[in-house]
Amino acid sequence: MKKYIINRIFSMILVLVVVSSLTFFLAKAIPGGPFTKEKKVPDVILQRLEEKYHFDDPLWKQYAFYMGNLMKGDLGPSFRYDALTVNDIIRKGFPVSATIGFLAVLLSIILGLPAGIISAYRQNFWQDNTVMFFSLIGISVPSFILATVFMYFFGLKFKILPIAGWGGFRYMILPAITLAAYPTAYIARLTRSSMLDVLSQDYIKTARSKGISEFRVITMHALKNAILPVVTYMGPMIAAIFTGSFIIERLFFIPGLGKYYVTAIYDRDYTVILGTTIFYAFFLVTANFIVDILYAFLDPRITYEEKK
Amino acid sequence: MTKPILKVENLTTQFLTYAGIVQAVRGISFEIYPGEAIGLVGESGCGKSVTGLSIMRLIPDPPGKIVSGSVYLDRKNLLESSEKEMRNVRGNEISMIFQDPMTSLNPVFSIGYQIMETLLLHQEITKKQAKEKAIELLDMVHIKSPEEVINRYPHQLSGGMRQRVMAAIAISCDPKIIIADEPTTSLDVTIQAQILNLLNDLKTKLNSSIVLITHNLAVVAGLCSRVLVMYAGLIMEEGTDMQIYNKPMHPYTWGLMKAVPKINEEEKERLTTIPGLPPDLLSPPKGCPFALRCDYAMQICFQKKPPFFEPQKGHKIACWLMDSRAPRTKRSM
Ligand SMILES: Nc1ncnc2c1ncn2[C@@H]1O[C@H](COP(=O)(O)OP(=O)(O)O)[C@@H](O)[C@H]1O
Ligand code: SF4
Ligand SMILES: [Mg+2]
Repeated sequence: MKKYIINRIFSMILVLVVVSSLTFFLAKAIPGGPFTKEKKVPDVILQRLEEKYHFDDPLWKQYAFYMGNLMKGDLGPSFRYDALTVNDIIRKGFPVSATIGFLAVLLSIILGLPAGIISAYRQNFWQDNTVMFFSLIGISVPSFILATVFMYFFGLKFKILPIAGWGGFRYMILPAITLAAYPTAYIARLTRSSMLDVLSQDYIKTARSKGISEFRVITMHALKNAILPVVTYMGPMIAAIFTGSFIIERLFFIPGLGKYYVTAIYDRDYTVILGTTIFYAFFLVTANFIVDILYAFLDPRITYEEKK
Repeated sequence: MTKPILKVENLTTQFLTYAGIVQAVRGISFEIYPGEAIGLVGESGCGKSVTGLSIMRLIPDPPGKIVSGSVYLDRKNLLESSEKEMRNVRGNEISMIFQDPMTSLNPVFSIGYQIMETLLLHQEITKKQAKEKAIELLDMVHIKSPEEVINRYPHQLSGGMRQRVMAAIAISCDPKIIIADEPTTSLDVTIQAQILNLLNDLKTKLNSSIVLITHNLAVVAGLCSRVLVMYAGLIMEEGTDMQIYNKPMHPYTWGLMKAVPKINEEEKERLTTIPGLPPDLLSPPKGCPFALRCDYAMQICFQKKPPFFEPQKGHKIACWLMDSRAPRTKRSM
């Protein structure tokens, strides 16, 4: 296990090096890109960029500086705003995005798992049909439509929740629910099919023949097996939630990283786009890493070690 | 004579499917006495597993349903017991060993956990005591270095080892009855013999009665003192091992005897099967269910179900050949 973790950390670093190198050279290749001198850039910023990236040096030297800064966790200055660095922007935007993202992930697990379990246990009964109906909606209706519907009912009609903006828990509810809709529905369906498969296994019959209560059979013997595919889905799901939040943050006027990212694209603020991309890559690789470790703890058949 | 520990009367279990009602078990009766081992033998699909699961009240409902009958464990009718009472019976008073040890243990729990779980459920003991008991049980089923094995997971053990673990779980609470449903069928021939030896060994060491379910008459030999031969949801012949092996009287039992797998010189299993197929349990024939495959079938066999004839004490045969009006035939062995 230890060896596996060390291996994984090395491959994570490798992935990040490749991603950041690729972004660097791609950016270099774009005409009028961030590292070529542009007239429109104010002198102050140009000077700072100059300091940072050594545009007059040969390419390999520029690359070395760029990677060196990354290694120190320094993503460089903004291309557009002289008082801001990319780190500042991430520091401001990410906690906001992460809060909604975390709420959405939590919500999708708390709702999706039990819904899937009940659905499988009561296959073809009304409980199952209800869960399947709502999960079909959650999967097929795009989030901007859901957002609009929620805004209309909870914000305008019943006036119980704010439609947009940021300022306390009340503002997080609608965006989090909207963001959670798809993953909740997906987890419910995944849990259901995985649970149906597990419930027909012999070891469930064994568990019942030992006198174990039905509740324990489901929540211990069945769920610990059925949850494995759900855990596998969690890595990409966290990715989907954080990229999905671009749309949600725009719709609900939330000052998250997604909002800054989109603004950066409008502004052609290249350093912010690059920095945020690398940050996302880092985030994803870490999320997948944690999920893999979690998986190994849940499934003893996976040892991540060479055969002795 | 001692009183039976389990008395099954007129047990009828059906499955409601899209095609219709599958009459899996059609009113069978038998008794199990304390400490004895009985064999429940018959071709695949004749209702052996359903009988075992009905006793445990583990028939999946839907689609299954125990329609009528009674199953008395001592003085308690299991078919009228509450689910809570049944949970106290399962694994404690009656336990089960299933056919495929590769899939019968939960892959994500350690061997120790799966043994201790039953102990902690049915006995008032601490975790530490349960662990000691689990090691003891593994030792009883002849698993080497049990202290180590309790920390292993099913995928780390061979099929034979896993079936031993299943046996350890089954005997853990000193049950009155152990139902072993084809416990050797999916194992290699040499391992099969080992598991049968183990059951034999446990039978002498414990007070439990054993119901050995199998499609192979040879598996029953030497272990069971009584044999029930089942066909199409009915019992065809019942008797002591001597009666069944030395003087079988039902044409279906004759067929089963001939079908016993033999190992020939090339070490390959040879199987002569009884020609034809068992009847469709959606609409079983009204006469003898074996009539269409029977070399001795008479007219009455197609019209009326044969009753039990008991020519010798304890030897019951459901066949019209036993009727005094039937022509004398030589048994075909
Ligand atoms: N869950 C089920 N649904 C429908 N039919 C079933 C089910 N379980 C068993 N049966 C039917 O009951 C009959 C007896 O099955 P079983 O007791 O498993 O046979 P065996 O003697 O091989 O153990 C078979 O015809 C089988 O098709
Ligand atoms: S009752 Fe008739 S058909 Fe059935 S086994 Fe006996 S002889 Fe054959
Ligand atoms: Mg069976």
